Amino acid sequence: MGHLSPEVLADARRLVDLYPEPRSALIPICHLAQGQDGWLRPEAIAEIAEIVGVSPAEVLGTASFYDMLRTEETGRYLVSVCTNVACMLQGAYELLDHAEQRLGVKAGGTTEDGMFTLEDAECLAGCDDAPCVQVNHRYVGHLDADGFDALVDDLRLGRRDDEIPRHGVLVRVRRETGLTVSADEVSAERARQREADEAVARQAETGAAGAAKGAGA
Amino acid sequence: MITDAPRIVTRHLGTPDSHTMGSYLAAGGYTALRKALAMPPAQVAAEVDKASLLGRGGAGFPAGRKWSMLARDPVRYLVINGDESEPATFKDHLLVYGDPHQVIEGTVIAAYAIQATQAFIFLRGEFALGLERLQQALNDAYRHGAVGRDIFGSGFSIDVVVHPGAGAYICGEETALLESLEGKRGFPRIKPPYFPAAIGLYGKPTIVNNVETVSNLPWIVENGGDAFSALGEGSSTGTRLFALSGHVRRPGNYELEMAKTTFRDLIYAPVLGGGIRAGHTIKAFIPGGVSAPWFGPDQLDMPLSQDEVGKAGSMLGSGSVVVFDDGDCVVRAAWRITRFFARESCGQCTPCREGSGWLEKIMRRIEEGAGREEDLDLLMDVCDNIAPGVSWPPQQTTICVLGPSIPSSIAAAIRMFRDEMLLHIKEGACPYD
Repeated sequence: MGHLSPEVLADARRLVDLYPEPRSALIPICHLAQGQDGWLRPEAIAEIAEIVGVSPAEVLGTASFYDMLRTEETGRYLVSVCTNVACMLQGAYELLDHAEQRLGVKAGGTTEDGMFTLEDAECLAGCDDAPCVQVNHRYVGHLDADGFDALVDDLRLGRRDDEIPRHGVLVRVRRETGLTVSADEVSAERARQREADEAVARQAETGAAGAAKGAGA
Repeated sequence: MITDAPRIVTRHLGTPDSHTMGSYLAAGGYTALRKALAMPPAQVAAEVDKASLLGRGGAGFPAGRKWSMLARDPVRYLVINGDESEPATFKDHLLVYGDPHQVIEGTVIAAYAIQATQAFIFLRGEFALGLERLQQALNDAYRHGAVGRDIFGSGFSIDVVVHPGAGAYICGEETALLESLEGKRGFPRIKPPYFPAAIGLYGKPTIVNNVETVSNLPWIVENGGDAFSALGEGSSTGTRLFALSGHVRRPGNYELEMAKTTFRDLIYAPVLGGGIRAGHTIKAFIPGGVSAPWFGPDQLDMPLSQDEVGKAGSMLGSGSVVVFDDGDCVVRAAWRITRFFARESCGQCTPCREGSGWLEKIMRRIEEGAGREEDLDLLMDVCDNIAPGVSWPPQQTTICVLGPSIPSSIAAAIRMFRDEMLLHIKEGACPYD
C-alpha cells in the first residue's frame, strides 16, 4: 500500500463516492493511476482493488479487456496512428511505416529511451482529418512524414507539453462538486412527482369520461 | 436536394468558444431546460414522442417509445452513450468538443422526462480534451443551477456524472456499456431482457440514449415536437448529422434534413462533400458505418432516409458515409474492416470470436496475393455460420449484433466485386499495389 500518491488517492475516493456502487469507479481510477505512473503497475492494481473492494485479479481481469488500460510499461508519449478504413484510404499505413522507421520500433513497441510507444489504432473518430493521429489521446491533426518527424522532435524537446500532458486522460479533469442530492432525497422527490402525475392523469380521465357522457347525452 | 431546414444540433457551432458557458448562455442556452421544468414530465416525453425522434446511435429506435418502456421502479437511471467507436463515425466527437452544454442540457431534460434518479454520460476514453471540456461544462452547469439540487428552483434534482470509457468498441452496445459502467469487462448481456428499460444499470430500469439524440432535446422543447417532425419524411424526422469520409474532397460532419437530401448531394454538392478526386469515378460507398452493407453508384440517388436505406438492404446506422473511388482496392478495405471486428470481438460467442479471426486471415491472404479461388465460398460459409443466410437485417447466432455485422463488407466484396476478388487470386497480387 501507499503506492498511489495522497492526491491520487483522494481523487480516487472522491470518484468512488460518485457512484451507487464502488466498483463503477474501477476504470476511472485506473485512468488516474495511469496519470501517475504512465501505466498500470501491479502495486497500483493492488491498491485500486482495495479502494473498490474487489480482488487484484478482478482489477487486472477488467483492465486487460480495455485497449487504453496499459498493463505493460508504456512510453511517456503514446502515439496512436489510426489505420482503420477511412484513414487507410488517406495513407495511414504509409504513415505508420514511416513512424516505425523513424522511431525504430514496430507498432506495439516502446523506444529504448522510454519516450515513445507506437500503436496501430482502431478508429479514433477523427476521420475528417485522416490519417488521424493521437498522442496521449490528444488529436494532433493529420500528418505527413515531415509533419510526423517535426512532431517527434517537438515532443522530445518538451515543446508540446502544454497541449499534450502525460498520459492518463483524467490528469486535467477535475470535478468540482460531489453528488448534491442523496439517493433518499431523490426517491422521495420522485414519489411526490409520481403522485402529482397520477392526480393529473385521474383528473384528465374523469374529465374525458365526463366529456364522453356529455357527447352521448 | 439541400433544404433550408434549420440547423438543430450544430446551431451553436462555429461561434468562438462554443464549448463555454458564456457562449452557450449568450445563445439562449438552458432556456429550454427552464421551459421543460415548467411542464409536467409526461408532457416533455409527449413532445419527444410527437417529434418521432429516432435514436441517433445506430439502431434508430424511436426515443419516445424507448422512454415509454421504462419499468416502474423508484430507482431508475439515465445513461448517455458517448462511446462513439463505429469506424468512420465522428459526430459525437463534434458535439462533445464543440457544444458540451447542449449535451448536458439535453441530458437533464431527458432525466426530467423519465424522472431518473441519477444520470451518467459515458464518454469515449480517447476523447481526452472532450472529457476535460465536458467536465468543465458540468462544473459550470452545477454552479449555474442547471444541474444538481432543486434545478432553477423547480424542485427537480438530478446529479450527472461524466464517466470515461477505456477503449473498447463493444461498449457502444448498450448492455456492454452498462457492464463497463459497473466496472467490469464490456461483455454484452444475454437477451432477454431486450431493453435496459426493464433491467439495466445495477439491475435497475435504465434508459440509454446517444449523445446526438439528447442534443436534439433542447430544440424540441423550445420549438415543439411537431416542428421537429415537420422536417424530414416518413419515420425519418428532423435533421441529422452525417459524417462523410473516405475519398471525397471535403470530408466532415454535415447536418442535413433527413430523407430530403440524397447520397449524391452529400458526396457531390460543392457545399457538402465537394465530389471525389479529379479523374476518378465513384466505385462504392458505405451508407451507415462499417457494419452496414455497401452500396454501389446506382444507389447514389437514394435519400438519406432510414426507411429507404433499410428497404434497399442496408442501414443508415450511425450516419457515417465512406466513399471509395476507382483508385481504391475494395479487397483491402473489406480486409481492414474485418480486421477491426476481429480485434474488437469481445470473445463471448464462438461464431464471432472464431469467425472474425478466420475471415480476417482469409481476406488478408487474398489481398496479399496468396488466395485460392475456393476462398470465396469459404468466406461465405464462415459468414453464414455467424449470420445464417448472410442477409440484411442479419440473422443472429450471437449475443449481440457485432458478429452479424462482420459479413457486411465481405459480402459486398464478393457480391459486388467478385471480379476484383478473383483478379487478386489469379494475379497473385493486389492490382492496386
